[in-house]
Amino acid sequence: MNASEKADVVIIGGGVTGTAILRELSKYELKCILVEKELDIASETTKANSAILHAGFDAKQGSMKAKMNVAGNRLYHELKQELDLDIEWTGSLVVATDAVEMETVKELFTRGRENSVEGLEIWSAEQVLKTEPNLSQEVKGALWAPTAGVCWPFGMAIAFAENAVINGAEIVRNCTVEGLDVVDGKICGVRTSQGTIKAKYVINAAGVHADEISRLAGDNSFTIHPRKGEYVLFDKTAREQMVKGIIFPTPSKTSKGILVCTTTHGNTFVGPNAQDMDDDDKEDTAVTPQGMQEILSSARKLLPNIPVGAAITEFSGIRAVSSTGDFILGESEKVSGLIQAAGIQSPGLTSAPAIAEYITSIVLKKEPDIQKKANFKRNRPKHKMFHRLSHEEQAELVRENKLYGRVICRCETITEGEIMDAIHRPCGGCTVDGVKRRTRAGMGRCQGGFCGPRITQILSRELGIPVTAVRKESADSQMFYEKDQKNGGNA
Amino acid sequence: MAVEKKVLTCITCPIGCEITAELTDGVITSVVGNSCPRGEKYTREELTAPRRMLTSTVRLEGGRMSLLPVVSEKTLPKEKILSCAEALRSVRVKAPIKEGTVICENILGLGVNIIASRDMERV
Amino acid sequence: MMENLYDVVIVGGGPAGLSAAYSAYKNGAKKILVLERDREPGGILQQCIHNGFGLHHFKEELTGPGYAHRCMELVKDKPEIEILVDTMVLDVQADKTVIAVNPEKGLMTIKGKTIILTMGCRERTRGAIRIPGERPAGVFTAGAAQRMVNMEGYLPGKKIVILGSGDIGLIMARRMSLEGCKVQAVLEICPFSNGLTRNIVQCLKDYDIPLYLSHTITKIKGKGRVEGITAAKVDDKMQIIPGSEFDIDCDTLLLSVGLIPENELSRGLKLKMHPLTNGPIVDQHRETSVEGIFAAGNVVHVHDLVDFVSEEAEIAGKYAAITAIGSIGAKTQDVEIQPGEGIRTCVPQHIAVSEAGETVRLFMRVRQPMRKVGGGEMLFTKMLPVAKPSEMIAVNLPAEKIEQINGTIQVVIKEV
Repeated sequence: MNASEKADVVIIGGGVTGTAILRELSKYELKCILVEKELDIASETTKANSAILHAGFDAKQGSMKAKMNVAGNRLYHELKQELDLDIEWTGSLVVATDAVEMETVKELFTRGRENSVEGLEIWSAEQVLKTEPNLSQEVKGALWAPTAGVCWPFGMAIAFAENAVINGAEIVRNCTVEGLDVVDGKICGVRTSQGTIKAKYVINAAGVHADEISRLAGDNSFTIHPRKGEYVLFDKTAREQMVKGIIFPTPSKTSKGILVCTTTHGNTFVGPNAQDMDDDDKEDTAVTPQGMQEILSSARKLLPNIPVGAAITEFSGIRAVSSTGDFILGESEKVSGLIQAAGIQSPGLTSAPAIAEYITSIVLKKEPDIQKKANFKRNRPKHKMFHRLSHEEQAELVRENKLYGRVICRCETITEGEIMDAIHRPCGGCTVDGVKRRTRAGMGRCQGGFCGPRITQILSRELGIPVTAVRKESADSQMFYEKDQKNGGNA
Repeated sequence: MAVEKKVLTCITCPIGCEITAELTDGVITSVVGNSCPRGEKYTREELTAPRRMLTSTVRLEGGRMSLLPVVSEKTLPKEKILSCAEALRSVRVKAPIKEGTVICENILGLGVNIIASRDMERV
Repeated sequence: MMENLYDVVIVGGGPAGLSAAYSAYKNGAKKILVLERDREPGGILQQCIHNGFGLHHFKEELTGPGYAHRCMELVKDKPEIEILVDTMVLDVQADKTVIAVNPEKGLMTIKGKTIILTMGCRERTRGAIRIPGERPAGVFTAGAAQRMVNMEGYLPGKKIVILGSGDIGLIMARRMSLEGCKVQAVLEICPFSNGLTRNIVQCLKDYDIPLYLSHTITKIKGKGRVEGITAAKVDDKMQIIPGSEFDIDCDTLLLSVGLIPENELSRGLKLKMHPLTNGPIVDQHRETSVEGIFAAGNVVHVHDLVDFVSEEAEIAGKYAAITAIGSIGAKTQDVEIQPGEGIRTCVPQHIAVSEAGETVRLFMRVRQPMRKVGGGEMLFTKMLPVAKPSEMIAVNLPAEKIEQINGTIQVVIKEV
């Protein structure tokens, strides 16, 4: 068994919610284990979203979404330095293209103020077009929210995870939860594919599968409904023809709408749409022709000239929509010790650190004798991103470690040193996509054509496994096969 | 007397003439459609005993890479190409290798050698 | 950091870079540096283990590695020519400073009197053509798969579908068959194949691999690894014909859907680029819009014959050397070359006419397949029996004809 057999807290789910909670808990003298069913953390909804840290004007006043969003946004302003997070506070615009939409924009302004969002302003069409000149001339005005930003979403989860492990928490990947042991209405253990962990508290941060996990303990008080969102991502060279910040359309009742948005690395994307999926099919992340059509034509209302020739990839994510309409945060009423952190759809990414504090406070309330760790390490080793350094810094870096002098991903200028770092950090990358998420290698215009095979070979070397054992993402995603002497191919 | 027509594309030059050959009892009696004599020569060979060049790789030990590209010195019977390729898959050689070195002599007894396409240094 | 003044600095050590280096040497350059990012020079040729190279340039039929070897023989053991491998060029500046890095020497600042850009090209990806479906392992560009099969020694999969009937796709169809894999089909969106006819015969017909013209892929299936694809027929506007979909079982999809010149460094230099070639605009010496910076090979326009790449690179090498030495003659006028009827692209895009006078070779591509072509009544005419978009055509424009031009010339092609 790879995980310890006993823990104070087991967290189910290694997305941004689960890892944020793990990090927060790791500040206390508690033995905490996070179990993740995939080969790597941050490989589901956390890796496929708009990567926006919302200001918080959107959610209904008084809701958990609203409270956690605004609190989370504030926490990220501090955490950026503390955990070396990749965040850019670009501000966001909710754009109106007619008088009716303008009314909605004004409502959002009021709601935002009620939710304690700072710095909100109503902008005129001229102000909007001055900042974002490529937007449609039909723009009538917008809501400007300076506290919004864009981030590196898997980077957030990975940072939380690394720091938690540095502070003594344990993460077990490739570990599926098969059952929850409940005795006398109290949770006492988690049965996994890698053995049983006895636990006093179990935190359900299982994303789209949170209702299934809850049912394992006998609590079927909510359901999670999957809703797919597709995206089209553009090359960095398209940025001049697109946008510099976050552009929302005026929202509808069900969705924040299809946006045009930048990333922290200078790409731009359009998306997501909102497609309700079958409750049985929570893993369908196929990109569809209708979805791409819908995204592009909707985005054209905001940005008439989208350079479709500059698209470099398309992807989609599944939202975990809760049956209650809000985040489900709190101890289960049926099973004592089972704490739900479920239904975390937008603004889940923004809310994560606030949800972490909230969930931790629930545990601490029940465990008043637990002390804070005296030697809690707040930071994690800084990422050395070769392409963001000055020439002098680059020269120095290569002198220190010559592997920073070999460029592996030529589109994004990512070096072997960074790839080695990504593999060897706590909870390091162990798949091609895991390395990609930690370094950006493979995210450029050739989409891993040049660096993919090289990264596969580096993983093979560093993990001491044959090249054919290296996986792209999931356990069944073999990259390459042996040449057989007799027939082609060998498993 | 069985008469049949066969149509093929000549691959000798970029024109790619579409050539029709007539055969009587398996013997070529006419070739039409070619723009030059090379087309007729190709057609006759292609219909009686087609031949192809083979390029592939063999396993290499002690070199910078684990494969050595190889090429047949001349054409091989077309129907033997797949078995020759299969035979090469179990060949292992050691670096250093010079371009032109015979890697597999008289492959499958067909009278054609397979030679190294490039140098490979020992590392 | 290192400061060095070279006569010619060449970015990329494939056939273009190596041919340019030799030519620069022959034309008097005394300090030549070639910067190559791979473990050894030779570029893409090292993975092109099939033959068909060198018939024009070396007068022998060679494999890719064989051609690379010939190029390397010409430049090795010459103290004037230095080659750095495992070296990535990060930036080229208009003042001809090159910033490069490798593990041994660290970050280098290199100065040249002239620069030649020979970075080659990259492959168009699934993301660029937006194929719907999941994103499983098992989708590769044909060239990336070729490298794994021919150099690293692994197979991309066992049951293959290939999208694109250009030469790379066809060659890989044969290669995978020779490795014992099953190639289920080659799909091509155009109504005609872009590959050489000899490759259709030697790579598809020989192995009974079906070729579906006017077809594309509408879906990739399989979450962890490819499980199959859905193919569909397209109409003459390349729109999918509803109801024509059918599934093909496979575990691997190879994409041979186009090559794009690799011009990140050229864009950084703000060179004038041509929208159809996607490469820098060059004159007959292959000089770009920045004085002293030359470009040749696939980075200027995608070639199909490496022999033409070497020829073009030798031009760049020669004139870079002459410029570096200071012997380049004055220019009398600039003649723009416009692609006219039937011609899609033509390189060079302009001629900087000098007093000395020189024959200029034009390299062009036609818009669609044609037979028996010529130009009609013009300054200069050449007759050809056949012309295809996938096969670049080279035509010599004699010096005395160039002298007669005033302003621009148009290149046209017609069936006669």
